[in-house]
Amino acid sequence: MRVLSARKLVALVAIALGTGLGVGLFTFTYARGLSYFSTDPRACINCHIMNDEYDSWGKSSHHATARCVDCHLPHDTIPKYIAKAENGYWHSRGFTFQDFHEPIQIKPKNSRILQNNCLKCHGDLVHDIVKGSTTDVTSVTCVHCHASVGHGPTR
Amino acid sequence: MAEEQKESKPPGESKKRRTTMFLVLVVITAAVSALVTALLVNIFERKQEAKNPYLRVVDVTEDTVDSAMWGSNWPREFDGYKQTVQASSTNFGGGDAHPAEKAEKEPWLTRMFAGYAFAIDYRDRRGHAYMLFDQEHTRRVTEKPQPGACLHCHASIIPAYRFVGKGDVMKGFEEVCAMPYQKAHDLLDDKGNKLISHPVGCVDCHDAKTMELRVTRPGFLVGIKAIKEHQGTKDYDVNRDATRQEMRSFVCGQCHVEYYFKGDGKTVTYPWSNGLKVEEIEKYYDDMGFTDWKHKETGAPVLKAQHPEFEMWNQGIHARSGVSCADCHMPYKREGALKISDHWVRSPLLNKSRACQQCHHYPEEEIQARADLIQQRTHTLMRRSAAALVDMLDSINDARKAGAGDEQLKAALAFHRKAQWRLDFVAAENSMGFHAPQEAARILAEAVDYARQGQISAKAAPRPATQLGK
Repeated sequence: MRVLSARKLVALVAIALGTGLGVGLFTFTYARGLSYFSTDPRACINCHIMNDEYDSWGKSSHHATARCVDCHLPHDTIPKYIAKAENGYWHSRGFTFQDFHEPIQIKPKNSRILQNNCLKCHGDLVHDIVKGSTTDVTSVTCVHCHASVGHGPTR
Repeated sequence: MAEEQKESKPPGESKKRRTTMFLVLVVITAAVSALVTALLVNIFERKQEAKNPYLRVVDVTEDTVDSAMWGSNWPREFDGYKQTVQASSTNFGGGDAHPAEKAEKEPWLTRMFAGYAFAIDYRDRRGHAYMLFDQEHTRRVTEKPQPGACLHCHASIIPAYRFVGKGDVMKGFEEVCAMPYQKAHDLLDDKGNKLISHPVGCVDCHDAKTMELRVTRPGFLVGIKAIKEHQGTKDYDVNRDATRQEMRSFVCGQCHVEYYFKGDGKTVTYPWSNGLKVEEIEKYYDDMGFTDWKHKETGAPVLKAQHPEFEMWNQGIHARSGVSCADCHMPYKREGALKISDHWVRSPLLNKSRACQQCHHYPEEEIQARADLIQQRTHTLMRRSAAALVDMLDSINDARKAGAGDEQLKAALAFHRKAQWRLDFVAAENSMGFHAPQEAARILAEAVDYARQGQISAKAAPRPATQLGK
């Protein structure tokens, strides 16, 4: 094999990295990667698993006041992006390999985030009945009873 | 690179290192691009799934009774429908390829049905796919004369009604009901093709043009009109007036109901004009003096409950909450990006995640345990009612042996009719109480009460003096 000069090697590496970057960027755009940095609820149905949740949210009582992220993500910047990254990982993994439980179920951490967000708006109203921890696994969460305020069951 | 320059290794060594490095880089970049491309293709595939690839390749009409033809247009739904050939069972229903006689587990059934075809052959259910085959082969049909009315719910029969009625389905329905079973079964059209060859399929619930749900069974059309009139709604047309969600129960209620064959015409009739509850249906039969058969042991004029799933469900909490039959028995599922109704109609207990967990956010074990509890309780109570019924039969038989006649046993025989009707209503209903747990328990409690009253009445029945003297 002929010896490759350092310059040629650099060129080849550049080509290879450029190709990878190109394909990667295209994939990112094609998969509407930027939309995940927005607060647009339509980003949540880029993949179609949550179509039902999206559709029923449109008919729910919270439709006019809260979008997906208002209930499902922390409101502070750093915890929000940590949650986004974590959910993004599980969602893409599940959607790519199609190996998740259906109907989809909320994870304990996301359940706690949700409960905190209920209280963020309604805390003043309900502080008499939610003394102490409301996100503990043994406590009753708001959506235990108010199950369809965000999005109803699929029928 | 900087490190390389510092080192003073022989040219051969440096050449080898570069080659290795080059190869490693090639492999790494190849692997990365392969993975990214794979992801790209995966995303592409998922996006394709989201496009609804609906293609109507076969033209189906109101006369297309072969569901396989519809299956060419709607393969996902048809795949589910075909799954109904699979044997499935739960604790209280179903069985293998040749389900057992129910009397093997519940021997009292044979005595309850004494003198009736159900005492000869009464097996556990199989899937929808077998409804016509099983009817053709049950000894109730092969050994006892049955009318064409039976085919109302076991075959895709509307085109046959239309043909016989010369375009008038209602007229054809009445004529076919009155025919002997075999004659109706072997009806031929003008071209000599068999009119009845398929079990209930797509065309029986779906409009061939729009795919909308619709009711086709004359028995239901008339029955639902009667009950709506009873409730104060005049001129109810189910296909015009029902909501989509109601239709998702009504199409099942076309057949999963209590019915009887009216008069000499053997017209399939749903006894709903007083309401759907067990005593309201009983009143309907009592008022017209209807009897299915004379009980062989006691001579009581008794009724046979068919399979009143629709009536029982109507008394339960799921119906009350607006949950339809299809919500649990044909729950929505996802195929790719498509949300479709699972046409593998079966027990929700065999499909708990989709059937129950949409609303009940509990682990499958918990859901199963809840259903088990309801069914076990109903079953225990049903066995108690059955024991009471058998005791009553014994007492009436004893009274007869002692010489008591119909006149002396009049009250006891009336109790027999009432008790048996209630016990059978729960036993014949396919859910072991689940469709309406409290209602099932109420009915069984009444059955026990009437059976014991019948027993007391028979024991107290006056015997002729000659017999008493012996």
